Amino acid sequence: MKKRMKKIASLFLAATMVLSLAACGSSEKESGGDESAQEESGSESTEEGKVLNIWCWNDEFQSRFNDYYPEVKEIADDKSTTTLNDGTVVKWTINPNENNNYQNKLDEALLNQESADADDKIDIFLIEADYALKYVDSEYTVDVVNDIGLTEDDMADQYQYTKDIVTDSNGAIKGTTWQATPGLFAYRRSIAKDVLGTDDPDEVQAALSDWDKFNAVAEQASAKGYKMLSGYDDSYRTFSNNVSAPWVDGTKVVVDANLMNWVDQTKEFTDKGYNNKTSLWDDGWAADQGPDGDVFGFFYSTWGINFTLLGNSLADPDGEQAVGNGIYGDYAVCEGPEPYYWGGTWICAAAGTDNTATVKDVMEKLTCDSDIMKQITLDTQDYTNNKTAMNAIAEDPEFGSDFLGGQNHIALFAEAAEKIDMSNAGKYDQGCNEKFQAAFKDYFDGSVDIDTAKANFETAIMELYPNLTEVVWP
Amino acid sequence: MEVPAKKAKKRKQNVSYGKWGYIFILPFFLTFLIFQLIPLISTVYYSFFEYYRDGLTVVGPNFVGLENYKTLLASDMPKYMGNTVIMWLIGFIPQIIVSLVLAAWFTDTRLRIKGKQFFKVVIYMPNLIMASAFAMLFFALFSDNGPVNSALMSMGLIQEPIRFFSSVLGTRGLVGLMNFLMWFGNTTILLMAAVMGISQSLFEAAELDGCNHRQIFFKITLPMIRPILVYVLITSMIGGIQMFDVPQILTNGKGSPNRSTTSIIMLLNNHLYSKNYGMAGALSVILFIICAILCIAVYFTLNKDDGNGYTKKKKGGKRK
Repeated sequence: MKKRMKKIASLFLAATMVLSLAACGSSEKESGGDESAQEESGSESTEEGKVLNIWCWNDEFQSRFNDYYPEVKEIADDKSTTTLNDGTVVKWTINPNENNNYQNKLDEALLNQESADADDKIDIFLIEADYALKYVDSEYTVDVVNDIGLTEDDMADQYQYTKDIVTDSNGAIKGTTWQATPGLFAYRRSIAKDVLGTDDPDEVQAALSDWDKFNAVAEQASAKGYKMLSGYDDSYRTFSNNVSAPWVDGTKVVVDANLMNWVDQTKEFTDKGYNNKTSLWDDGWAADQGPDGDVFGFFYSTWGINFTLLGNSLADPDGEQAVGNGIYGDYAVCEGPEPYYWGGTWICAAAGTDNTATVKDVMEKLTCDSDIMKQITLDTQDYTNNKTAMNAIAEDPEFGSDFLGGQNHIALFAEAAEKIDMSNAGKYDQGCNEKFQAAFKDYFDGSVDIDTAKANFETAIMELYPNLTEVVWP
Repeated sequence: MEVPAKKAKKRKQNVSYGKWGYIFILPFFLTFLIFQLIPLISTVYYSFFEYYRDGLTVVGPNFVGLENYKTLLASDMPKYMGNTVIMWLIGFIPQIIVSLVLAAWFTDTRLRIKGKQFFKVVIYMPNLIMASAFAMLFFALFSDNGPVNSALMSMGLIQEPIRFFSSVLGTRGLVGLMNFLMWFGNTTILLMAAVMGISQSLFEAAELDGCNHRQIFFKITLPMIRPILVYVLITSMIGGIQMFDVPQILTNGKGSPNRSTTSIIMLLNNHLYSKNYGMAGALSVILFIICAILCIAVYFTLNKDDGNGYTKKKKGGKRK
């Protein structure tokens, strides 16, 4: 009996070893095979798949698609699927963005793209500016001109920067977008009147046209009992978009001097009580934008004004969006101290898609069709990626946003959009921006000194990107 | 006489029920093999490799020997170990004190507390809530303009809202408080069971000899429940090392401020989030070793305690 036990035990052990080795072996193969996996992706399949899988991180594109894509036939009650006229079912997979969650899920799915069933393959996925290059410079996205079939003419009316950011190192355009996202400074008219004696966008802009003036207004606002900004990260994008080099050079993280200007300014604002010490997206920050807020203004780009700021400004979120509900109508926009952009969503076609024709049609209708683009702007006040349509609205004296007290903000956007420079974008931007803000939050809070904050950023960034080796400070 | 004995032996050899035993335990071993042992071995295996993802490109696996371990031990891993221990202690010390007091009260025959069953259910309640949901609740309650701050301000106790999540003490304290709230009920019930296992005659004898409550507690209750106390301590320590969901959710995965609430498992999670399998593997192995040492400690303390009981009795007899 004892001998038998020994035998069984040894067999068992041997089996586990062999099995585990086999397991390791196969996973190696998998990872090695990834590169070759995408080679055949360019070849077009003639038969269209019945399911169009779309991956995104919120319902913004979903609602645009459902509202404006002409082929939509019906939408499921829970919005998880949309059926098109030709019977194709659009399946929405929505994973929240924060802490790299969306990218991690998407990466997993893309790496398994080749072995997935035709109906489970991702056909379209959305990306943001902060990490666009990671996907654009990979074989998991396909060329929208040569493989999908959009023409340069189709895209001629799009802003150049929206094309630059999704152009890979070989010059192929790998994505397209329906929006351009120039940023502006949205301020409260009532507070501006109290502090500056005027709420006219031109005059307010004159008072805020550079950082020194901006800081001076912050002091004035503080004297009247207001806060200039809500929290630490509000002005971050205006600094981080005006840097002189990309975040990462080889395996070195290079912190730009302009980012340290942000640190200095924010620390000063915090110590002098010019802000409410909130962080982006937290509930205090959202409350500051509402009827009880005491904050002069917010840096926001296009989507932020019609999507986030408008929602936060209402006293009754379910009530009518009109003057009288909260501070609807009390905001106005001006360019602010520096031009910047924030966010933006690009549509990419995934390599291996079996719905090329549908993908092309979606891209064409939702990013190149100037009638649809114009309609989106008129309905939602989102800023769409079509110069002709936008300039037409910008010059239309009739057009004005009720939310902004009748101001034609499209005119300001149209001006700002031309100034956007994407040349310093890189694939590490999201992680670097998030970790940088998180590390210096402790410094603004006063819980650490600046050197500790720097050290914490270094630790966090190398944890996130193991291939980065050092951080260079200005 | 010999013949039936032989026959019986033969029959025994033919009819073996042993295999059914193996078949019945097979499902466990199969699941153990697939879901525990193989991942465990591959974790150890990959801890010797450079293996991570840069964007969508997989780097490695390249064999690097003990490089991952060296990097880990040279980094501030000890700091996170310290964080974990501190946060665990903040929760555990009140937990064990309160549990002991409650267990002593509930089991005291002279006090005769009414509604024991009710209290047992109530104090166990917090453990039924998912830790992450509990953490979300606390995050909302203690946020800068949350209900706790509003209540304190309207009572006039404070002028400015307390920014709990910006101070080390506040955040660690909340983590400890939550662990305490979640686990003191469980510990109380364990300790009550231990106390009730003590022979009632001991208490009666003590009372007859004129012991007061405190003497009974320290001289009788405490020494008699020592093995269970050790068990509670070690299991709680192992649970403490694996502390993750509460600080993770409470600080939104940041372990802020100043990384002072980053527990060791959160560090592991950070490495796994960047798909750094090599480093995460090495960290897991280190954790595994620490946990294994603690488990062995439990095993020996518990066994030794039994042994001690015997020898003490014998020795006691001899000494007299």
